[in-house]
Amino acid sequence: MKRPFHQLARFLLLTAGSVLFIVPLLWMVSTAVKPLDQTMSLPPRWLPTATTWVLEGQAVEVNPGAVPAEAGPDTLVSVNLAYQWVVQREGPNGPVRVPVKMRGDPQDEQVTVEINHRWQWVRGEGSRAQRSPVRLTVPDANAPPLAPGTARVAVIAPDGSLRRRVVPEAQLERVWGQTPDQVNRSYSVTQTVQVPRGELQRAYVPWNDRRDLAYTEMETRSAAYGQLSSRVDLRTDNFGGAVRSMGHFWRYLTNTLTLCLLTVGGTVVSCSLVAYGFSRIDWPGRDKVFLVVLGTMMIPFPVIMVPLYGVFRDLGWIGSLKPLWVPTLFASAFNVFLLRQFFMTIPRELSEAARIDGCSELRIFAQIVLPLAKPAITVVALFQFLATWNDFLGPLIYLTDQKDFTLALGLQFFQSEAGGTQWHHLMAASTLVVAPVILLFFLAQRVFIEGVSMSGLKG
Amino acid sequence: MSSQTAPAPAPTPNSTRRSPMTAAARRRLAMGLLFISPWILGFAVFGAYPIVMAVYYSFCDYDVLRDAVWVGPLNYTDMWADDLFWKALWNTAVYAAFSVPLGLMLALVVAVMLNRPIAGRSFFRTFFYIPSIVPLVAVAMVWMWVFNGETGLLNYGLSLVGIEGPQWMADEAWTKPTLILSSVWQIGGAMVLFLAGLQDVPRSLYESAEIDGASPLRQFWNITVPMVSPVLYFNLIMGIIGSVQEFVKPFVMMPGGGENRSALLFAVYIYQNAFEYNNMGYACAMAVVLFLIVLTLTWLATKAMGRHVYYAGE
Repeated sequence: MKRPFHQLARFLLLTAGSVLFIVPLLWMVSTAVKPLDQTMSLPPRWLPTATTWVLEGQAVEVNPGAVPAEAGPDTLVSVNLAYQWVVQREGPNGPVRVPVKMRGDPQDEQVTVEINHRWQWVRGEGSRAQRSPVRLTVPDANAPPLAPGTARVAVIAPDGSLRRRVVPEAQLERVWGQTPDQVNRSYSVTQTVQVPRGELQRAYVPWNDRRDLAYTEMETRSAAYGQLSSRVDLRTDNFGGAVRSMGHFWRYLTNTLTLCLLTVGGTVVSCSLVAYGFSRIDWPGRDKVFLVVLGTMMIPFPVIMVPLYGVFRDLGWIGSLKPLWVPTLFASAFNVFLLRQFFMTIPRELSEAARIDGCSELRIFAQIVLPLAKPAITVVALFQFLATWNDFLGPLIYLTDQKDFTLALGLQFFQSEAGGTQWHHLMAASTLVVAPVILLFFLAQRVFIEGVSMSGLKG
Repeated sequence: MSSQTAPAPAPTPNSTRRSPMTAAARRRLAMGLLFISPWILGFAVFGAYPIVMAVYYSFCDYDVLRDAVWVGPLNYTDMWADDLFWKALWNTAVYAAFSVPLGLMLALVVAVMLNRPIAGRSFFRTFFYIPSIVPLVAVAMVWMWVFNGETGLLNYGLSLVGIEGPQWMADEAWTKPTLILSSVWQIGGAMVLFLAGLQDVPRSLYESAEIDGASPLRQFWNITVPMVSPVLYFNLIMGIIGSVQEFVKPFVMMPGGGENRSALLFAVYIYQNAFEYNNMGYACAMAVVLFLIVLTLTWLATKAMGRHVYYAGE
């Protein structure tokens, strides 16, 4: 009577608790796949939606305004639509619709609009073609006359320097500005032109895509509630957007993985050697020295932060990854402790027998103890990987060039530059930083739990 | 172990082989030192030397560009008069005083609930553990979003039960509670340690308590708590050391210390002095104070708990 009740109460409490614990992470992922408009909507929505309205025979993604609680199919609600003015232009692969910015009155015979394009110099064929942005230079009276079919351009070389060249016109390609990114790219040119009214079209664009397209405009209309339909729309391209807005995401990732590799390798080798010295060899004073090792665990990093910075500055390592991995070659107290605890459980007789056979300590270490200690070494490797992946203060202090940043530091840098508004990108970026850790956890769950338990042995 | 060697008579200064140590023992000493030499080197360069230098620099005028100049206890007298130092100390004390006991209690309670067989046990354990491995910078991002005063999930949840949530990160009265609440999320490590400790508690103790008619609460206080006291002690020390050097979350969530510096924690203030205000000597003086605080708290915790810690094996 009493037991099942306790059991149920415990189950419910645990359920509530774990839901509370997991909600922040779910909220992060949920925000990561929302369009920016829906990140701040109240009440919060867990799944982003797209609303479609069939307008002039065409399904248009719109943004519905407030819907009254007792709305019927005929209730009129206001909806926001996004559209572009477009004109037909010749692109590299045939005609394309190019968005323009309305400058005049769309009812005029000749409508004044702004249109954006840039030139590329294309060398090579197909997917291997090399494209460099170029600017057509103004004809110069002093320059030698050009052969017909060629043009004088300024080229940005891959190293960033500027060169003047004469190139065949056939190798020049005009790219029309379709997105805000392209419109603002270097060497893109915005021109004010007159377009005959007949050539100008109004095209609706999906509401949630409007920020990713150039020259979008908005209007509000009334729609019957019954004509609107909603569906779940996960914006997975937020991840791509976050990667682009972080600037050097792939560099961050490479740096982090490089560091993880170096620190895991360094820690495993150095800590197992040191732990061997503290557990498998009896030497006078060993356990007293080990107390010192344990004591170093209590040194807070902020205490030694400044002198350590001085040491690395004198070595000329500031601004490089070295301060973040070289110290791991010299063992860390916590991992030595973990490995020592494990080494102690390996029967002494194994080493003794090998010693009698004339084995050197290094051979006993490498061929007897290490193979048996694989579980503990996995734990240490895993913990070190996490520590490096998660480290923030170290990279913050020692790294100076943005291209050397790790993911953790890059994420904070991105937040301090763009945070506060771009919540969908910030959460997408956070998800990208968190996901590998969670994945690793599920792959190595047992190692984690056993490892943590191991670290607490005997306090 | 080391005590295997015979009690040492006073060494004779002119003898090349010290009498208590046999040749084998000397060889073992050499071997042992060889194996731990990476640590000795690392400790000298990255541990002992920085600590000594931190103490030395704390008596110097020192920054990145210039050499250290001895100024005596000036940094310490400056510190005494620095309102921000006291504020950072107070903020950190409040943070630690709430987050450590709260975290320990919650971790223990969850562990006790998970210790007995229950459906979905490993799921629960996973859910409670995962937050503790998430990178702290990402944790800070998530909490900035959840604690957001206008559109945050937390204030929406509170509004459902009729509470108007505060401006967590912008209101000076709520910045510290924000940090404390968010720290409670990461109890996974402590919880797993408690779980491991609880596994070692003999079931027979509870059974006989049951027969004697002890209530679950009594069993918790009189059996569980004493039996896991070594883990409790370990978690307490680690919690104290961790919380007084808390850096990432306050630094990211409330840059510069937040509204009226109400969330300026000690480690953040050290960082600011060292790397933002170019005041490394002063930063070192505060680092020394931090170290003394850690030592004192550890000593106090050991003194307070030492008598009550129960080691089953000894």
